[in-house]
Amino acid sequence: MFDFLEGYDLLGAFWVTVQLTVYSAIGSLIWGTLLAAMRVSPVPLMRGFGTAYVNVVRNIPLTVIIIFTSLGLYQTLSITLGAKDVTDINFRLAVLGLIAYTAAFVCEAVRSGINTVPVGQAEAARAIGLSFSQVLGLIVLPQAFRSVVGPLANVLIALTKNTTVAAAIGVAEAAYLMKEMIENEAELLLISAVFAFGFVCLTLPTGLILGWVSKKVAVKR
Amino acid sequence: MTSILYDAPGPRAKRRNVLLTVVFLAAFAAVLLWVYRTLDERNQLDWDKWSPFFTDSRSWTTYILPGLENTLIAASLAMVIALPLGAFFGISRLSDHSWVRLPSSIVVEFFRAIPVLILMLFANELYTQFEGISSDNRPLYAVVTGLVLYNAAVLAEIVRAGILSLPKGQGEAAMAIGMRKGQIMRSVLLPQSVTAMLPAIVSQLVVIVKDTALGGALLTFSELLASVRPMSSFYGANTIASFTVVALIFVALNFALTTFASWLEKRLRRSKKSTGAVLGADDVDDINAAEVGGTFGTGAGGTI
Repeated sequence: MFDFLEGYDLLGAFWVTVQLTVYSAIGSLIWGTLLAAMRVSPVPLMRGFGTAYVNVVRNIPLTVIIIFTSLGLYQTLSITLGAKDVTDINFRLAVLGLIAYTAAFVCEAVRSGINTVPVGQAEAARAIGLSFSQVLGLIVLPQAFRSVVGPLANVLIALTKNTTVAAAIGVAEAAYLMKEMIENEAELLLISAVFAFGFVCLTLPTGLILGWVSKKVAVKR
Repeated sequence: MTSILYDAPGPRAKRRNVLLTVVFLAAFAAVLLWVYRTLDERNQLDWDKWSPFFTDSRSWTTYILPGLENTLIAASLAMVIALPLGAFFGISRLSDHSWVRLPSSIVVEFFRAIPVLILMLFANELYTQFEGISSDNRPLYAVVTGLVLYNAAVLAEIVRAGILSLPKGQGEAAMAIGMRKGQIMRSVLLPQSVTAMLPAIVSQLVVIVKDTALGGALLTFSELLASVRPMSSFYGANTIASFTVVALIFVALNFALTTFASWLEKRLRRSKKSTGAVLGADDVDDINAAEVGGTFGTGAGGTI
């Protein structure tokens, strides 16, 4: 029944999907937190930059960003991100695009988390003489991150699904393989079901585990 | 809230803020300079690469406007079809009968958990097997089908959350005066929840508009993003210029929708006529199926 799978590296394709997800998740978590810190910082210029970045980037389709990294950055400006062969270049460009896009949503999630920390916490920290970076780093962000696990899990799940867009620049991940397979093989329904099942397997446990974690770590108030 | 994090700046803090501003500005300027240099090296800033968008009306009438039209057609078709489907599934998930609730829960959670692109590819391949659909229409149909399947599931969650966001007293009062379940839903809960859901629905429209670009990249659907390639080859490899214009149109369109949604949300929160229940764009993200009595606890990231 599943002999149409022969000759295709199904696990390899999903492994690329997982790699895209993990690298982009780490990158966008760092960049998104930095953006959130900028958006609440005392320096007006940084606040302006953070706001502008989020508002512009989350209104551009991810597809436009990903295709731009290939057509614009690589083919026009010859930016290769230090990779040698085309497979590596496309992979890194896709990760770059995914980080740039997802960071805007991470920033919004973290910022909403900062808003859940009671005012008294920051006021008490300031009263004992902590500076802005100490208030943010020692008092507010640790509490904010605990309340933001749920929303960040949603962003992570959306990111997992968004990695399929990398197929547009030829990264050999799951959607790319699916496109190839349904064009060459007859079993359309079965192939689609296999790939849908693969994504359900990736997203469902993430949601369940992180949902459990978010309840576990949430600050009881 | 933000000013809670730091005191009113004294002389030292003011000096430090100025220093930080200067450092940030310098870093930002360095990046801009680098971008400018790289663009200039590849001749992407030459005026003849940008002039078509200002002097040549054909760049708009031949490439951009038809693309934008297709984007808008696909997005509005998807919204119009997905809305009633979403309402149907959202309401069935609230049913008292488990044989109605369970299947619709499975359908909703399933389509929320898989990427739109997978659905679009599937629809595209499915339609090639039908003789009745011409190859001109196929990409549009495939894009709309993919968007409908995915967004109906997301809208179902919005509808469910909208109905659940109403005060309990509304349904109870209707029950007390002897209305039937169908009547309560039709004449009490649904009309009120529609206003509550409106901002979230408009925000979902942004997601739909963004996702139409997938069709341009992978399904030969001639929408706005797909107009970049022919345009940049016609005007002499002005890739950067074409991308900038297309991205700006997307930003303008989606920013207008986002602003409209948040204006609507604010207005509805203020108005005294409603029950005060409003479902904002961010609220939908936070809906965890397990918390509102669903079957699965996925919360599959609807609004990106």
